[in-house]
Amino acid sequence: MSQQWILPFAQLGRTGVNAAGALGKFGSFAAATARAATDTATWPANVIRQMARLGVDSVPIALFIAAFTGIVLSLQASYTFTGAVPLYFVGVLVQKTMILELGPVLTGLALSGRVGANIAAEIGTMRVTEQIDALETLAYDPISYLVVPRVVAGVVMFPVVVAFANTMGIVAAWITAINLLDLSTAEFIRGLRLFFQPFDVTYSLIKAASFGLAVTLVGCHNGFTTSGGAMGVGRATTRAVVAGSMLILVLNAFWAVALL
Amino acid sequence: MSIVLDRVCKSFGEHRVLDELSLEVREGETMAVIGGSGSGKSVLLKTIVGLIPPDSGAVTVDGRDVRSLDRRGLYELRRNIGYVFQFAALFDSMTVGENVAMGLRRVPGMTEAAIRDRVLESLARVELEGYENRMPAELSGGQRKRVGLARAIATRPRYILYDEPTTGLDPVTTALIDRLILKMASDLGVTSVVITHDMTSACRIADRIAMLHGGRIRQVGPPDAIMHSEDPVVRGFVEGRPELMQGAA
Repeated sequence: MSQQWILPFAQLGRTGVNAAGALGKFGSFAAATARAATDTATWPANVIRQMARLGVDSVPIALFIAAFTGIVLSLQASYTFTGAVPLYFVGVLVQKTMILELGPVLTGLALSGRVGANIAAEIGTMRVTEQIDALETLAYDPISYLVVPRVVAGVVMFPVVVAFANTMGIVAAWITAINLLDLSTAEFIRGLRLFFQPFDVTYSLIKAASFGLAVTLVGCHNGFTTSGGAMGVGRATTRAVVAGSMLILVLNAFWAVALL
Repeated sequence: MSIVLDRVCKSFGEHRVLDELSLEVREGETMAVIGGSGSGKSVLLKTIVGLIPPDSGAVTVDGRDVRSLDRRGLYELRRNIGYVFQFAALFDSMTVGENVAMGLRRVPGMTEAAIRDRVLESLARVELEGYENRMPAELSGGQRKRVGLARAIATRPRYILYDEPTTGLDPVTTALIDRLILKMASDLGVTSVVITHDMTSACRIADRIAMLHGGRIRQVGPPDAIMHSEDPVVRGFVEGRPELMQGAA
């Protein structure tokens, strides 16, 4: 009884040790993936299929999110600027917010759910049904065969999807501005161009590529470490989505500090 | 050339699954390994192919210590070992033909035409001609296991490891799988290790049977010797009398 006070500290210590262990395992997995990328006889054949599945198939949901985000941005900008700031600044706010922040982050979070969950569930199911062991017995490195193509596809395709989303958000905001606000196309475009920097696009795409790396790597890692049948696959999928989303927010802050 | 396990130990956490297990599988023979559920039979099989590294002891295949092999050496070794998984472990997203071709694509110098011919030949050996374009989801349990066997033999391995090939199958399909195992041994001259619970099946296919109990090989011998064993643990398992096993050390 006299040592009850130590229990919360012991729990805290255990949590810290577990977190450090998990981080170490993830780092080791990432290093193994980097090593497996040199096995060019195995992974390139699967990249195109993964680019289609992870990237092209994600475009509709990204466009849907971006369209409604653009509409809301346009209306909220107009509401905020009323009487104080010229209305063509709607274009400034839409362009900056969409390209620098909402395009990559909202798309990244949506794809963390769609792509991260898909990867974790698929690879997790392969793990519990011994398909990954089967790959090993057939002389395939499962990391080369399963992980590298997905990570490459994620890094390449997330920026493409985000570019589409950015464009859609701005187009939706423009349509909203000319139809619901007292703003012409020329004024909207004037706002878009006012503070535009080409670096904004670079920044957006760099963020998107890093989100692609994080989501696919976290999804693959959780899939690979799945155990315990269908329940284990469910747990791995949830973990992949939660960890992927958190990592996106952390990376988002990191890039803001590092590049802006 | 053979498979030799020498004082192999393997634990998962506190649970010691293999406890100084020693076993030799001779060239060309079919060895059935029997034992209760959770006794470590599948772990034993996976240590042979390097999927699970032992904590201590030596696993030697073709005179090469599996533990000492690097990844490249391990993959070279695995090209000589076919592995038939308990639930087939077919790749869901591929056709039957693509599944069977997977191992062949790792064999240097094989052309697409040669791969296709070998796929068809392997499927014919397991009596599944014309199934190459089907998806695994369209197959019955027995057919899936036969595709798993076709995939295992496609690279013409010298060893085939079967992990409970007849579990969950009806008696007729079990007899068919047993017949295929015997056929592979006679036609291809492979050395086989078969993990099974099924004593009828073990007696039908095996040259020798090894009983795994308590992490060690309790007895090895021809089917007749195992069926008439004096060891209460072996008798208890063979006759399905757990009271005999509980009474023994």
